[in-house]
Amino acid sequence: MNTGGVSSGQPAGPADDVDGVYFDLRLYVAGQSPKSILAIENLRRVCDGYLAGRYRIEVIDLLETPELARGEGIIAVPTLVRRVPLPVRTIIGDLSDTDRVLVGLQLSPDGLGSL
Amino acid sequence: MKAPTGIGGFDEITRGGLPCGRATLVTGGAGSGKTLFGLEFLVWGARKFGEPGVLLSFEESAAELATNASSLGFDLPQLEREGLLAVDAVRIDQDALVAAGGFDLEGLFIRLGSAVDTIGAKRVVLDTVEVLFTALGSESTVRAELSRLLRWLKDRGLTAIITGERGRSGELTRYGIEEYASDCVVVLDDRIQDELATRLLRVAKYRGSPHGTNEYPFVITDRGMVVLPLTATGSAHPAPDERISTGIDRLDHMLGGGVYRGSTVLVSGGSGTGKTSLAGHLANASCERGERVLFVSFEESAEQLLRNMRSIGVDLHRWVEAGLLRLWAVRPAAYGLVEQLVQLHRRLDEFMPSMAVLDAMAGLNHLGTSTSVSSTIASQIDMMKGRGVTAVLTSLTHYGQGESSALAVSSLMDTWLLLRNTELDGERNRLLSVIKSRGSAHSNQIREFVLTDQGAELLDVYIGPRGVLTGSARMAQLADERAAAAGRGAQFQRRRQALARRTAQVEQQITVLRDDLATERDELDQLIEQDVAAGEGRDADREMMAAHRWADPGTTKDPEPDQP
Repeated sequence: MNTGGVSSGQPAGPADDVDGVYFDLRLYVAGQSPKSILAIENLRRVCDGYLAGRYRIEVIDLLETPELARGEGIIAVPTLVRRVPLPVRTIIGDLSDTDRVLVGLQLSPDGLGSL
Repeated sequence: MKAPTGIGGFDEITRGGLPCGRATLVTGGAGSGKTLFGLEFLVWGARKFGEPGVLLSFEESAAELATNASSLGFDLPQLEREGLLAVDAVRIDQDALVAAGGFDLEGLFIRLGSAVDTIGAKRVVLDTVEVLFTALGSESTVRAELSRLLRWLKDRGLTAIITGERGRSGELTRYGIEEYASDCVVVLDDRIQDELATRLLRVAKYRGSPHGTNEYPFVITDRGMVVLPLTATGSAHPAPDERISTGIDRLDHMLGGGVYRGSTVLVSGGSGTGKTSLAGHLANASCERGERVLFVSFEESAEQLLRNMRSIGVDLHRWVEAGLLRLWAVRPAAYGLVEQLVQLHRRLDEFMPSMAVLDAMAGLNHLGTSTSVSSTIASQIDMMKGRGVTAVLTSLTHYGQGESSALAVSSLMDTWLLLRNTELDGERNRLLSVIKSRGSAHSNQIREFVLTDQGAELLDVYIGPRGVLTGSARMAQLADERAAAAGRGAQFQRRRQALARRTAQVEQQITVLRDDLATERDELDQLIEQDVAAGEGRDADREMMAAHRWADPGTTKDPEPDQP
């Protein structure tokens, strides 16, 4: 929600590559559907595993703010949007396929193997 | 219950429009007019039928849509400001999208639902949902969601159009989405027919409703789509009893008092038989009654037509000035046949004439096959009948075709006037006859159709031993009959004069011959005289020679000194 805080993550890391960068993620869901709940759980698991301490997740329920669906160009639910770092990446689905989530976020499973 | 589309001609084919509260699939190739169909459905829905609509566009951005629509005179942003339209352009960036697990299209439902609720929409267009298949990857999910979407639309009582792209091998849609919109399917096509690009529309399916099953040509004009035939709603044409004058008294008489208002008059004939002139009289007569006339000329420019009519004493220019006559000169090749029909339709709409002249239909033969020409003319006639417009069509028949009209549309005509040329004694003259005139007793007589500088006239033809006589032959015949009574004095006089001339000539010749004879005689006398003189000389010589021979042959040299 606070996008101002997001940009502060970038200058903090001296490294250019994704490894040290702060991730600002938004997850669009529709109410408390099983897919929504599953997506939230899956996302937290991946982030804790690969982006510990340098991510922020904002969950937006489109049933509460339907105008955002149009504003953000959302059609599939759940949709995860990587807002930072750029470029913006979009991952749709309940995020149960971890490998695809990592591809979508452009995180390499190998490069982050130390965690 | 049907939801009218407002698309010219389409609502007639489907007897009212699309199935209300249900979804219709509109499918066709790229550029076949699917998006336009959907746009018009929404624009007319909002403007004419008080039904706001939502456009969910998967292919074009809102700006692109607004630009395309404005070229057809539709102001989408204005409709949006008025709360009659909501445009949502769904942009899916495939390159930046990854699927990771199960999903549904709830986002789409939410967007659509929100837009529908905001403006109280009754109509929805999804253009084209097939993009979802390629963009989202998971075909089974998209299928399940589309099915759910159609149910959702139905539950909300929305009249929807979903567009689809035709498959490469002729399937209705690439992804078989016709199974989700099973109530009504409209197929748009773009084909080259008779070397002319023709757009065609077909209602492939319409559950629970009768509909025309033909392929109907349509055009995209600068004011949107128009589907043919452009018949007026309902096929019962008004049939007024009122008769109107043709502008030629004797023709009115032949027709039993003129032609019926709102009927169709065919004037056929070869070239130069006076078809345009006759049509011009009908137009003139209408204007004289203060009625508007649309004169469509496929052969002459407006100026030519006015000049030619003026030369036969019909001043059409004053009617143009008075706003009663509108001339539309069109080259047959300028528009395709269908478009021509649409243009005519529009002009009838704008000008609302009580008579329309189409001069000449044969010009249409340059385009399309004659069957398609005939069906187009049939549409035109139908269109004009439906409006109660008296239609005057001229048609060129070629030499030898006689009474078989070139366009085989004569059965659609109420009155048929045939003009013919006759050739006799080295001149051509025009004959007019009434082949048919529905609902009237009409003359079976042939009349000579004469164009004078005071307008057209019909004259009795003379039927003599040599058949129908016209023109000079008729006049000569009449003159002869008068001469028979008047005596032959002039003829005798001429002969007497001729005889006198001949006598003078002969006498002159006699004088000349006499002179010749005298000259000859003189010459002969002269010759004789000379001959006598020469004869005397010869006798003397002979005597001398004889004397020499008789005397001494050795003295032959002697007579030389004696020679004179």
